[in-house]
Order: sequence, then C-alpha cells, then structure tokens
Amino acid sequence: MDIIRNFPLFTIILSLFSGVLCLVLDAKAARRYTLGYEGVILCLCGAVFWYAVRTGRAVTYVCGEFPAPWGNELRFGVLEAMMACGFIAVLICCVVAGGRYILQDIDESKINLYYALINLLTAALMAIVWTNDVFTGYVFLEILTLTSCGILIVREIGRTTLAAVRYMILNLMGSGLFLLGLVLLYDVTGNLLMVPMQEEIAQLMAQPHTAMVVTMATGILTMGLAIKSGLFPFHYWMPDAYGWATPTSGAIMSSLVSKCYIFLLFKIYYRAIGIEVFARMPIRYLLLALGMCGIIFGSVSALRAENINHMAAFSSAAQIGYIYMGLGLGGESGYAAAMFHILAHAVTKSLIFLTTPRLAEASGNSLRFRALQGSALRDRGAGMFFTVGALSMIGIPVFAGFSSKLLVAMAAADTGKGALMLSVILVLAVSAVLNAQYFIRTLIRIFGDSEDTADKTAYFREDFILPMAALTGMNLALGLFSWLFTDLIRMGLGMFG
Amino acid sequence: MKEKFWRWLDGSREYLEDASDMDETPYREREEVKTQIRERNDSLDKRRGTRAVIRAEEKGFRLLYSWVAVISAIFLIGVLLYVVSYLPRYGQENPQTTLVARRYLEDGVRETGAINAVAGMILDYRAFDTLGESHVLFTALVCVMILLEKDRKNMRRGYEDYYRITGEGFYTPNRDGIMQAAGFVLLPSILLFGIYILLNGQNGPGGGFSGGTVLGSGLIIFTMAFGFDTVDRIASRRLLKGVTVVALGFYSFAKGYVFFTGANGLESHIPKGTPGAILSGGLILPLDIAVGLVVACTMFGFYSLFRRGSIGGKGKACSGKKAGTGAGTKAEGKDNA
Repeated sequence: MDIIRNFPLFTIILSLFSGVLCLVLDAKAARRYTLGYEGVILCLCGAVFWYAVRTGRAVTYVCGEFPAPWGNELRFGVLEAMMACGFIAVLICCVVAGGRYILQDIDESKINLYYALINLLTAALMAIVWTNDVFTGYVFLEILTLTSCGILIVREIGRTTLAAVRYMILNLMGSGLFLLGLVLLYDVTGNLLMVPMQEEIAQLMAQPHTAMVVTMATGILTMGLAIKSGLFPFHYWMPDAYGWATPTSGAIMSSLVSKCYIFLLFKIYYRAIGIEVFARMPIRYLLLALGMCGIIFGSVSALRAENINHMAAFSSAAQIGYIYMGLGLGGESGYAAAMFHILAHAVTKSLIFLTTPRLAEASGNSLRFRALQGSALRDRGAGMFFTVGALSMIGIPVFAGFSSKLLVAMAAADTGKGALMLSVILVLAVSAVLNAQYFIRTLIRIFGDSEDTADKTAYFREDFILPMAALTGMNLALGLFSWLFTDLIRMGLGMFG
Repeated sequence: MKEKFWRWLDGSREYLEDASDMDETPYREREEVKTQIRERNDSLDKRRGTRAVIRAEEKGFRLLYSWVAVISAIFLIGVLLYVVSYLPRYGQENPQTTLVARRYLEDGVRETGAINAVAGMILDYRAFDTLGESHVLFTALVCVMILLEKDRKNMRRGYEDYYRITGEGFYTPNRDGIMQAAGFVLLPSILLFGIYILLNGQNGPGGGFSGGTVLGSGLIIFTMAFGFDTVDRIASRRLLKGVTVVALGFYSFAKGYVFFTGANGLESHIPKGTPGAILSGGLILPLDIAVGLVVACTMFGFYSLFRRGSIGGKGKACSGKKAGTGAGTKAEGKDNA
C-alpha cells in the first residue's frame, strides 16, 4: 500500500499535463476528459485520506533525490488529504452543474481553453494543499491567480473584463506582498522548506531585532494573502468577480480559490513560522478585528445589494471573516473551527452560486431581486437547492453552517478571556441576525406571489440535480456529523505541527 | 460622502450598472449604453438631491481616500526600510543560513553534472518549482488566447466594416525592404545564437528560458520581414500547439519520473555525463530544450495574437467568409494606413 505515498505527486503531474492536453482537444472531448480525470484525482485523494487516517502519521515525500533543505518536498496528513478531497469534490460538482452555462457563456472555440484553465487550477489547488515548501506555494499561487483571472474573463462581456482587471490588480498586489514577505523570511532564515525554516525562526525569535524582522515579514505575507482571499477591507472586488463570471467560475472562485489562499496562509503559520510563535504575534488580533469587521460590513453590504449574486458575494466576504476570526482566536479549537468553516462554506456557497443563474433564467435572465419574484416557483429544483444553501448560510441546525458557527463560538469560549468571548459572541449574534434578514428576505422574494408561476423548467436535468444533491449531501454530512469531522481535523492538526 | 463610502464598500460602479444585464451587454451598441447611463444618472440625481451636493460629498470622500492611501503608502515604505536595515549584511550572514546555498555551489557540479550552478538549481535541486513556473507561462498563453483570439463574441457588429478593407493579405505587414534585408542578414545568426544558448544551459549562462526568448524573437523578426503568410507555412497552428503540448508533457512526465524514483529510492538510470560536455547534466539538456521550445512558441504566440488575433494561421472562428473581421483589425488598419 506504500504506493499511495506517491499519489499526491501523481495528482499534481496529472493535472498539469491534463491542462496542457486540453489545448489540442475539442470542446466536447475536453469536457469529457476533464470530468474523467477529475474523478481519478478524487479517487487518488480519497486513497491518500484513507491512508493517512489508517496510519495516523504524516508522510513527507521528497521530490527527487535531494532531501529536506535542498530539494522540494510534499507532505500529507489527515488535514491536507481532507482539504484535497473536499476541494476536488466541490470542483467536480461545480463543473458538472455549470456545464450548460459554460456552453452558453463561452464561445465554442474557447471551451477547451476553459477546461485547460480548470485543470491547471486543479493542479495549483493540489500543489498548494500538498506542498511543504513556501516557494512552491508561491509558484502555484501564481498559477491559481492567473487561472482564476482566466476563468473570470472567459465570458467576454464588459462587466467581467472590468471585474477581471480589478481582480488582477488586487491579486498581483497581494502576490507581490506575499513574495516580499517570503523574501524577507528567506533572507533571515536561509531556507524555503517549512520545517528548517521553522527551526531557524524559533532561534531568531530569541533576539529582538531578528524577531522584529520575522514579525514584519509575517505581517506583509499575511497582508498579501488577505488581499487575495478578500478579507475586509480588501473585499470590494468580490461582487463583480463572483457575480458576473460564468456560474462555474463564480462558484469555484468563491468556494475554492479564496479558501485555498487561506489554507496556504494557515499552513505557513503552522508549519513555517511555528504556531506558538504565531500565537504570540500581534497579527493575530489584527486578523480577529478585521474578521469581525468583515462579518459586519459584509453582511450590511449584502443587505444593501440589489442583485442576488452580489448579495451572495458579500455574504462570502462575511464568511471569509469567520475563517479569519477562527485563525485570530487561536488555540486548537479556533484553528479547527477555521478549517471546518473552509469546508462548510465551500459546499454551501457553491450551492448558492450554481442555483442563482437558474432562478435568473426563469425570470427573464435578470439577477435583480425585483425580477426574481416567485422565481423558485418557476424553477422548483433550483429553488429547493437555493433554500438548502440559504438555510445553511443562516446557520439552521442540521446544516453545515450551524456547526461552524457553533465551533467558532466554542473556540471563543475556550480562550478563557471574558471580553474577547463576549465580543466574538456579540458579533456572531449580530451577523446571524443580519444573515437571516437578507437570506430570509431573498427566500420570501423567490417563493413569493407572482403573476407567472408556471413551471418554466421543461427538463429536470440530471446534470444539475445530481451535483446539487451531492453538495446538499456533503452539507448535511458536515452538519450532522460535525463531531466526526472535528475529530478528523484535530487529528490532522496533531500531525500538522 | 456617505454615498461614496457605501459605494466604495460595496465595490459597485453605478455608472456601469445598466451596462451589466447578463444577456444584452455584449451586443448592445455603445451609443445606446451611453444614453442609458446618462438617463440613469439624471434620474439618480433627481432622486438623491442636487448634483452639487453629491459632487461635494464625492470630492470630500476622494480627498479622504487619497490622503489615507498616501499615508498608508508612506507608512508601509517606512516600515519596509526599517525592516531592511536589520537584515544581515552581504557576506556577514549567519553561517547556518547559508547552508543551502553553499551546497548548491560547492557540490552542484558533482551532484547535478551541470557547471552552471543556476541550471543545476532550477532544473535539478528545485525542479518542482520550475515545473510550476513553465506552466505559469503556459497559463499566461491560454489567458491571452482567451482574451485576444477572435471568436463570435469579441467580433462586434460595429467592426464589421473592416471586412471591406481586409483581404487575404491584410495581416501581412508591409514588405519593408530594409526590414527584409536586415532579416536576411540577422535571422540566421539570431537563430543560431538562440540554439547555442539553448544547448549550453548546463555549461554556461543560458538555458531554456533565455534561449527560447531569443528563438521566439527570431521568429517575430522573420514575421515582420516576410509576413504571416510565409511563417504560417512553417509554423502552423497545429505545429505550434503540438510542440507546446509535447514539450510540456515531456517535461511533466520526465520530471515526474525523476521525482518518483528519487522519492522511492530507486535508480533513475539517467547518466550525468562529464561536466562541461554538451551531453551532460542528466535531464537538464532535454528539459532546457523543452522549455526553450515552449518559450519560443509562447513568444511567437503572443506576437501573433496581439497582431492579428489568432495563433499560427487562421483560427476556427475567423475562417471562411468572416476572415479579417474582428477587434484586432482596428490596430491593423492604423498600421497599414
């Protein structure tokens, strides 16, 4: 069974090659090939997950013949394998469910290029999840940035071009800051691999001057990834980018790409800087404060939105706030809550972004709330799945959203600081009310009376229903068996250090 | 000011709001959009009070915004300078931190078979990063193809007039006598020099990225001198795509094989050769050639996309009757005028 140790490498190499291969395939072949090989990747990741849980040990995989400080390394434990499985499963659902819109929104001669980008994006997701080397993280982060820009711009309408330019500028700024932080860390530690870097940093923190350099480098690096993942106040590229992209792209970008940046950040904190060192840094409180602001302002902006996709995008900004709040709270329960919320939000937000275009389609291709009156009655399937997503976002028990909010609240209680706990719980309460307000308002709107309630969906297509059902199933699983997933995440965190 | 603040927070650009309905935008005429925006702005003004108040508020917000931006930029610059002043000086680093670099320089020739330490580093010690890096280039090519390659969506009705001024030879640049003479003299030496750089990556400065750039610029000069028709006979769309796929596929699988054998403690059976010979450095030479070909194709692809909106010959969308229409032709028109 030791062959499974090689699977992370296989997922990356296979995805890279598939991306290149799609250049010479035609549209239909590219789609079939992509779905097939993504299925293979899911199996490989599942095998790695099974292997990691069974052996209970993290595995370090040397890429090539040169060991730790000289060559590149991959590494996997339960947490990485879990993230990889979750990401790929959501990605497959997005690609399948958005397939019809890919055909509509993208010119036929470019569909194969779209799938090439999806495959390269998979490679980047996989590499960032598996890597044990900060610079490999940077290289694949560049691929992630470029591919997400590409899948945004491929729709070729004015609005996506504008959104892509803004997204590109902010993301490149984020990449630049991230690289700057890495260069500073490399300069003082002389290492790019995470484990030797952490050892060096533990020594450097003893002297005040070098400790200052490390803290500043961490801050710059954090700022870069915060811009890229859309932490408040850097979230204002979100509505256009998520709202106007073709549904598959919007769902992938909101549920996977921004989460992947956060996972890389967490990995760097935990493995390259050292989690105890990070816990003593003031950056933590900054993340906490910005996360709280993000939750409040994101929700307020979502309330003001006139367009259902913009509302969903602002709600993403608020949810990113939850994840950063979990990181800021610290402690094992805080990190576990953040990681759980990454998965919970990935399965929920993709559900919402994939159903809204169908609601819009049943209402004269308009995403505005006014036009959407009664749209769920015209497209029952989409209305049903949108309701699942909305209930999960509000945090109704049974769904994933509830468990992650509960975990964040429990993490706040675990810190043992009264004022901190009180403020976090206050923010959670306010955000729950705001969330409920804008999602229930939307539900009332889409289920409301309208003159035209004839079912417009002549087809109850399985290519929409099946992935949506899968996402709902994952959502329910995360909600109902949250104890199991929390235990697995804690096990993963144990292997992570 | 409040309005502007909320709009900043929401990231909304109201003046484009109407240009954004999902179905209509791409096909709506520009003038129509402009009129609609104007009408909408007027109605907004009526609803939200006088224009002057809004102007003043926006001005206030813009002032605040730019001041905050300038102050935070100055703060960041100050912080960075302060941090840099504490970095170890050149030559006085902690010996522990130079451990990695020392092995690259001292044992590099023995372990990788390459005299050029940089080639040994990027293609052997840290080959995984370079594998990603060459795919960054490919990703960029795909993104540019998505943006610039002509298709039914980015060929607007408004530009169809260009069909009249475009014939088969429209994309052929002016057959400039000076350019052709210079190309005739320069081209062989440029290509030869590119190949030299490409093949000597393991022994001296050079390698795939730089050699490929020189080869690609040779192709571009050739196109400028003799026109796309001539080049398409040599470097067709199929050939360019094929070369890219084969080269990158070879790169992925060759490196994947080395990673696999290295990680599992197997013998890779790749001879290192004598350092200094052309055939040395293990996989470095073939990888350099692969990277060089990809870079050359990408360079030429960029030029071709920017110049005429397709790679190597005519794309699917612009074959047949529609030849020569498209957004890219606007620049062409100016060029030839």
